[in-house]
Amino acid sequence: MKHKTFFWFILPTALAMLLFIALPIVSVVIQSIFTPHEQVLKVVESCDPFGCKETTSVDQEATQKLRDAKPLGQFAGLAIYRDRGHLAVDEVKAAWQTREGLKDFFKTINNLPFYRAMGFTLTFTFVVTPLLIVFGFVIALAVNSLHRHLKGLAIFFSLLPMIVTPLIGSLILFWMVDSRGIVGTALQWLFSDPNLSLKASTGYTWIMLIVYGVWHAAPFAFVVFYAGLQTLPQDTLESSMIDGASRWQQIRYVVIPHLMPLVTFVALMQLMDNFRVFEPIVGFNAQAHATSLSWIIFNDLGGETRALSSAATTSVLTIMGVAILLSPVLIRTWHDFKVKH
Amino acid sequence: MKAKAFKQPPMLRLLSSAFILCWLFLAAFPFIWTLWGSFKVELDFFSKADWTNAVTGARTIAEHGTAFTNNGYQGAWVQEEFWKAVINTGIVCFFVVTISLTIGTLGGYALSRSGFRYTFWFLIAALIFRAMPHITLVAGYLLPFFQWNLWGILPTTIIVLVAINQPFTLWMLHSFFQKIPKELDESAKVDGCSQFQAFRHVIIPVMWPGVITTGLFSFLLAYNDFTVTSMLLSKENQTMVPKIASFLGTTQTEGNVMFAVAAVVSATAPLFVLVMFFQRQIVSGLTQGAVKG
Repeated sequence: MKHKTFFWFILPTALAMLLFIALPIVSVVIQSIFTPHEQVLKVVESCDPFGCKETTSVDQEATQKLRDAKPLGQFAGLAIYRDRGHLAVDEVKAAWQTREGLKDFFKTINNLPFYRAMGFTLTFTFVVTPLLIVFGFVIALAVNSLHRHLKGLAIFFSLLPMIVTPLIGSLILFWMVDSRGIVGTALQWLFSDPNLSLKASTGYTWIMLIVYGVWHAAPFAFVVFYAGLQTLPQDTLESSMIDGASRWQQIRYVVIPHLMPLVTFVALMQLMDNFRVFEPIVGFNAQAHATSLSWIIFNDLGGETRALSSAATTSVLTIMGVAILLSPVLIRTWHDFKVKH
Repeated sequence: MKAKAFKQPPMLRLLSSAFILCWLFLAAFPFIWTLWGSFKVELDFFSKADWTNAVTGARTIAEHGTAFTNNGYQGAWVQEEFWKAVINTGIVCFFVVTISLTIGTLGGYALSRSGFRYTFWFLIAALIFRAMPHITLVAGYLLPFFQWNLWGILPTTIIVLVAINQPFTLWMLHSFFQKIPKELDESAKVDGCSQFQAFRHVIIPVMWPGVITTGLFSFLLAYNDFTVTSMLLSKENQTMVPKIASFLGTTQTEGNVMFAVAAVVSATAPLFVLVMFFQRQIVSGLTQGAVKG
């Protein structure tokens, strides 16, 4: 295809991505180094028969003028990055100097909003991803051994947790684990503790969110692995059997190596998706015990005040996190590409 | 011989069947339970006294005379005007799917037919864009959208969703078009067609299976989106998912949780139908990216 034809074909989609994905990234970077203008105050001296009084009021006109002249606000450099709501450089330094052991240090750090969110996001990402891969793999093996008439039905029901809107899925589970819901009641009965409430404890909330994460994403791994199992080389499997491989050995030395590229694919996709965990926190109403990076951005944007600079700063830090997560893949692709050309 | 050799020992068979039953129960039960409970009153669905109330509907019978009430649905659809959100979701989904498929097929086709090096970089850029958390992009939109008065209306949201959807659409359609033999459009070009005419007359008639699969995923993205729609739409223009989220704040305090339950069931129903009819396409779509690597 000629360059010119290619250009015209690709133009609409490239334009859409440039305007609404690339430019917003530039926009958050710019927003993150500016703070909104402070209101311009003016002091007016008003005199009456009893004497003169100075009153301070907001000069609306001057404030508006300043805002119109520089809509981005004041240049702040990296100040927002260093403040308490983000990297909290001073607080971390102080905590390190006054620490009484590592545990104490991490406890102090965990009270800072950014690090708290980071802690949950990373835990969620790196616990849910391996779990869902293992779980999806076992489901795929089990469904594959079903009678073929049952397979379709099993796939239908297995797809549901993934297809359903994340917010709605988490709400459905949230209502069930409510202390008056069916799962909540069952747990109270199981642990014979009538006051047990999953919502009230940080540990249980994290477990609840992780269970939701696995429930939601395991079908994806299942479907991909199931498709991989259909292309399993039967000859290799048969010859391994003739050589006396046990069922476990067949899985270990034939099935898993065959599915390995798919495992990498699922892991990559799910790392990206789990890193932006957000809807379950809203659905489970869990912000008191667990916040994620996406959630603090949402919270900054959504409030009455619309703290745009703060949200932009967290966004930039999140994008850096994504970049670090993606870097191994990108480096590998780059190497493959260089070898090819 | 083969069938016999592959046959599982009874113990393993039992274990695997038990596991699959457990998983299917985990996957399906929450939906069945919520569907059943949505026709009950709140004291039954959230029963402090006795969990069997949620099944039998004891309080519902006491209040309404029958074990089923559609109060929740009436409250959600009529009183809280959920129907408006349904219409908005319909509009958003329709336009997102049409626009993103139109520009996505053009782009995906070009990427699959051009042998130059930049197509590789283009696809890598799309992969990076695919990884961006949507909320970070929204943080970038808000300020300009406020300033240009674009905030709150449906067209803005549609365009944004189309753009967010593009990386995925491009990857999928790219790998799909690569499977269509190049000779098809090459021969059309030899016969004197321009590239676009070749696309129009030769490729379009054979591309529908891939386009339908991709369209399904575009639809799901638009339908399921919460981040973009909740931040970029004003209250009157809300789609279903943000509407349900806003129910939670107001109705929980007024004791109308059942409105939210009914709305949740209403929003899940179309997805059920979708999976029922398009199961094969969804499965093939999910695996397409994987098989390609």
